Amino acid sequence: MSGQSLATRIDGLTKEYVLKSETVRALRGVSFDVPEGDYVAIMGPSGSGKSTLLNMLGCLDQPTAGSLFLGDDNISLMTDDQLAEIRSRRIGFVFQSYNLIQQLTVVENIQVPLYYQGLLGAKERARAVKLADQVGLSDRLDHRPNQLSGGQQQRVAIARSLVNDPYFILADEPTGNLDSVTTDEILALFDQLNGEGRTIILVTHEDDVAERARRIVRLKDGMLHSDEPVSDERRKTAREMQAAAALAVKNKQGLTC
Amino acid sequence: MLVWLRTIRMGIKSLTLHPLRTGLTMLGILIGVWSVIVLTAISQGASEQVQKQIESLGATTIIVRTIKPPDEKLTGMAATKYGLLRSELDQIIATLPTLETAVPIREIKRQFTRGDKLISGRLVGCTPGYKDVNRLQLRKRGGRFLTDADGARNENVCVVAADVAQELFPYEDPLGKRLYVPEHTDYYRIVGVLEPRNASAAIGGSLDSQEFNRDVYIPLETMQKRIGDTIVTRRSGQFQIEIMELNQITMQVQRVSQVRPTAKVIESILGAKHADTEDIAVVVPLELLEQARNLRLMFLGIGVLIACISLLVGGIGIMNIMLASVTERTREIGIRRALGAKRRDIVRQFLVETILLSFAGAALGIVLGFLGPPMYRGAILLISTSFPDQFAALPSAIRDSHPSIVLETIPLAVVIAVTVGLISGLYPAIRAARMNPIDALRHE
Ligand SMILES: Nc1ncnc2c1ncn2[C@@H]1O[C@H](COP(=O)(O)OP(=O)(O)OP(=O)(O)O)[C@@H](O)[C@H]1O
Ligand SMILES: [Mg+2]
Repeated sequence: MSGQSLATRIDGLTKEYVLKSETVRALRGVSFDVPEGDYVAIMGPSGSGKSTLLNMLGCLDQPTAGSLFLGDDNISLMTDDQLAEIRSRRIGFVFQSYNLIQQLTVVENIQVPLYYQGLLGAKERARAVKLADQVGLSDRLDHRPNQLSGGQQQRVAIARSLVNDPYFILADEPTGNLDSVTTDEILALFDQLNGEGRTIILVTHEDDVAERARRIVRLKDGMLHSDEPVSDERRKTAREMQAAAALAVKNKQGLTC
Repeated sequence: MLVWLRTIRMGIKSLTLHPLRTGLTMLGILIGVWSVIVLTAISQGASEQVQKQIESLGATTIIVRTIKPPDEKLTGMAATKYGLLRSELDQIIATLPTLETAVPIREIKRQFTRGDKLISGRLVGCTPGYKDVNRLQLRKRGGRFLTDADGARNENVCVVAADVAQELFPYEDPLGKRLYVPEHTDYYRIVGVLEPRNASAAIGGSLDSQEFNRDVYIPLETMQKRIGDTIVTRRSGQFQIEIMELNQITMQVQRVSQVRPTAKVIESILGAKHADTEDIAVVVPLELLEQARNLRLMFLGIGVLIACISLLVGGIGIMNIMLASVTERTREIGIRRALGAKRRDIVRQFLVETILLSFAGAALGIVLGFLGPPMYRGAILLISTSFPDQFAALPSAIRDSHPSIVLETIPLAVVIAVTVGLISGLYPAIRAARMNPIDALRHE
């Protein structure tokens, strides 16, 4: 993948939380690059700084030291408004708990990032409808989040993360709340998006989820522990095993019904 | 612009998500706006009524009136004598050359009959000047008012007011006919008939306004000769004898500026003699007029106070609800911030919601405000039919007034309501925007 341009470049990234009694050093100098079109899984024990890293990639927070580049922009130098601007234009978020807005419909939820770019026209709605179709929700356009299953909500969230044509999709344990069948569906969607050239950075605790990425980055105590690619063979096996597991569950459900 | 429209649409969506809460929040603003509109309308109506009555007395008028002293001062049983004297009238005229007119009257409640028809009213002994002082109008082809000659010759002539003419002579022209006063077995020839006239303000401490339409006017001299100064009335089985020369002297000066000094002089002329018995009162309509203005200001002040209090309560209510809403929607705020909302977008969202709330409250308050005047008249009607006695005791400013909405109060009330909404919504909105997006997202 050398020679490709970078989606992001992380250099000596440090984050400290100053509390009353102590200073928590959540990240202590992490460096790695993510080329465009990559699919990175970030792993590590609880408290190792995965979410902290992802939040900074998502421009929700700024580093204490070090730098984080999105294209040519160093986010540690930006104002709150500029960060918000980047979030609405160039970042796609997928959360563990979906985080849809309850009073908005599926289509409206997908449009929210565009709304904060000041884009409110029919063209934007058409784009949201197309994305809903792409994630398989064309028959749920005007439903509200509480009328959808967890997997469906997560698909809305994925459609929403794509609406602003982001640098990359950031997903913090996107399958953490889902069963194995739905997890398989969501991961298949990620595979498909990555196949289309989307950059994906995903945090997970599960090895079989991580093994479907192209690359696994491990953190430990706020530092980079390892950074290794996943062979195509392992990815394929992981895909097949998950599909098989999902099928087994489906069959079991079919029997008990 | 489009952003605002969208924000408004979104705000309506959020507000309609909790209709009961939204309704209760609007209530404070609604009551505030309603009370501003209705209370100013009532005070406007009352003051118009009072003003009309007092103006009919005349601003350059000074009235001295006999009032019945308290009962314990009359327990001498035998004849009690009190009130204004004819000699005092002469004294006033002699001392005050600036007086335009000085009209003495003597009035007694009597019944008047014609055949089998009967009406009770006031028998008023007066001088020709009475007509102009009280702005009485003769009916078309209604004859004449009393003249000096009538008085000089002690003529048995009278001028009747509209209701008397209507009741006793429904089908004929009263002019030249005679009217009978049974208590004195006297006949009076009718020489004039008056147009109806509106009641004037209450004077001399009595709550009743003066009713002119049941009056019969005769020359003062005739009354003195035929009826005299002594009135015998039966009260709880006993005869009571009262002696009184004049009920009232109505005086007019040329200019408004002379009213107060003249009243002072009159008070000093009469004051010493009547100080113990407290049987006269000097009434200056000009002062009543000013009192009425003060009364109106007071009404207005109370109205504004009530309105301020309820708007304050409304504002606190809005702030409370918005703070609760910010806490409850912390997660939503976090999501919006993560998806690109700037701080000012969040401030705008919450401000639009509070402004919508207060606008809706104000609009409902205005609509209900317009129902205020008919509601007032309805309440008055209800009181007059269920409690006629108490109703009669109410001052005319309340009984007869028609509240009229002061249009200027409507934009005023809206501006105040929206300002209150804005101020009380600002703090919650800023607090919402200040939140760290990561913390907000983690909130549950
Ligand atoms: N706002 C904060 N204030 C103080 N300390 C924080 C804050 N956010 C995170 N931390 C600390 O930083 C460290 C890294 O936290 P982080 O949430 O990144 O871990 P994580 O790898 O995502 O863990 P998990 O797998 O449990 O989600 C932890 O020790 C955490 O306690
Ligand atoms: Mg985490």
